[in-house]
Amino acid sequence: MSGVPAWVEAVAAVLVVASGLAAVVSSLGFLRMATFFARMHPPALASSFAVWAAVLASIIYFSALERAPVLHAWVIPILLAITVPITTTLLARAAIFRRRREGADVPPPLGG
Amino acid sequence: MRRWLPVPLLSAALFALWLVLNPPLSAPAVLVAVIVAVLVPVAAAPLRPVRARVRRPLVLARLILHVAIDILVSNAQVARGLLRRSPPSGAFVTIPLELSDASGLAALAIITTGVPGTVWVELARDRRFVRLHVYELDDADAFIRHYKERYEAPLREIFE
Amino acid sequence: MSPLLSLAIDVALACYALALAIALVRLLRGPAAEERILALDFMGIVAILVLLVVGIRYRSSMTFEAALLIALTGFVATAALAKFLLRGEVIE
Repeated sequence: MSGVPAWVEAVAAVLVVASGLAAVVSSLGFLRMATFFARMHPPALASSFAVWAAVLASIIYFSALERAPVLHAWVIPILLAITVPITTTLLARAAIFRRRREGADVPPPLGG
Repeated sequence: MRRWLPVPLLSAALFALWLVLNPPLSAPAVLVAVIVAVLVPVAAAPLRPVRARVRRPLVLARLILHVAIDILVSNAQVARGLLRRSPPSGAFVTIPLELSDASGLAALAIITTGVPGTVWVELARDRRFVRLHVYELDDADAFIRHYKERYEAPLREIFE
Repeated sequence: MSPLLSLAIDVALACYALALAIALVRLLRGPAAEERILALDFMGIVAILVLLVVGIRYRSSMTFEAALLIALTGFVATAALAKFLLRGEVIE
């Protein structure tokens, strides 16, 4: 009754598990990295690889289910590819600004 | 052409976005997509003071391919670093820039931060230097050379 | 749905829950405000992942719309919070 070929379900299963593992590894950064700036890198794992894998699983599963390409999930990684770097850079700027004001050990402003 | 489709790339993207978000494909959906693709860029034009000119589509395609590969590779590198006994501590790097076009710099910032392992922290007021935070830095000079060659040089060809 | 895919979805959801819990620790412990914002932003991404995978389980594309909404509001929220840290005012 399912109507979805077994190999599609198998590929989707692999992608979904890979996405879950990537999310966990990326969250380890919150515990293991020493400084705030080092902690900014690991979440990129979740917003790039984990999202790509989950979206790919969703696209192939729904396309097989409806026997027509169901592509709307692609919008999410494209949107995130633009918005996540913007928020990350804003946070980095805010962090370095606040640390300078507190006199913490960060590089001085770039000259010019 | 210039009057009705001032920003053809934006129009094409809006057209595709509308059709992808509104299945099934039908004649009315295509009609509305055309209206959106024509009207939104015209209405948004006054909001964009600087108009980017994109040249060299082949260079652009190669850059996109490189960025996609780099994202996958650095995903693996960041994951490996996290699972190591002592994760890398990261370092700030200052990079001299020759790219000065505002759209090119915006694209460079998005690419830099979008690839895991590098975050764009700040740009000098005169746009001649940028400071990044790098997840794992072995050789600063080699990193700077690689960064300029792989991302800055193609963006200069595309936008300048 | 085959038992294999069903199990894979369970495993993935458990992983997402663990990731959310770890991020929650950072959100609560801080210490700096930007650490909490980073953790909150990360939790938004994981919420998107949860919705995508739950959508496969229930064969519904409605969860996709919710994921898109979280992506959009998460962006605005994080940008506004970072702007607030930068100057102490959201609107100037």
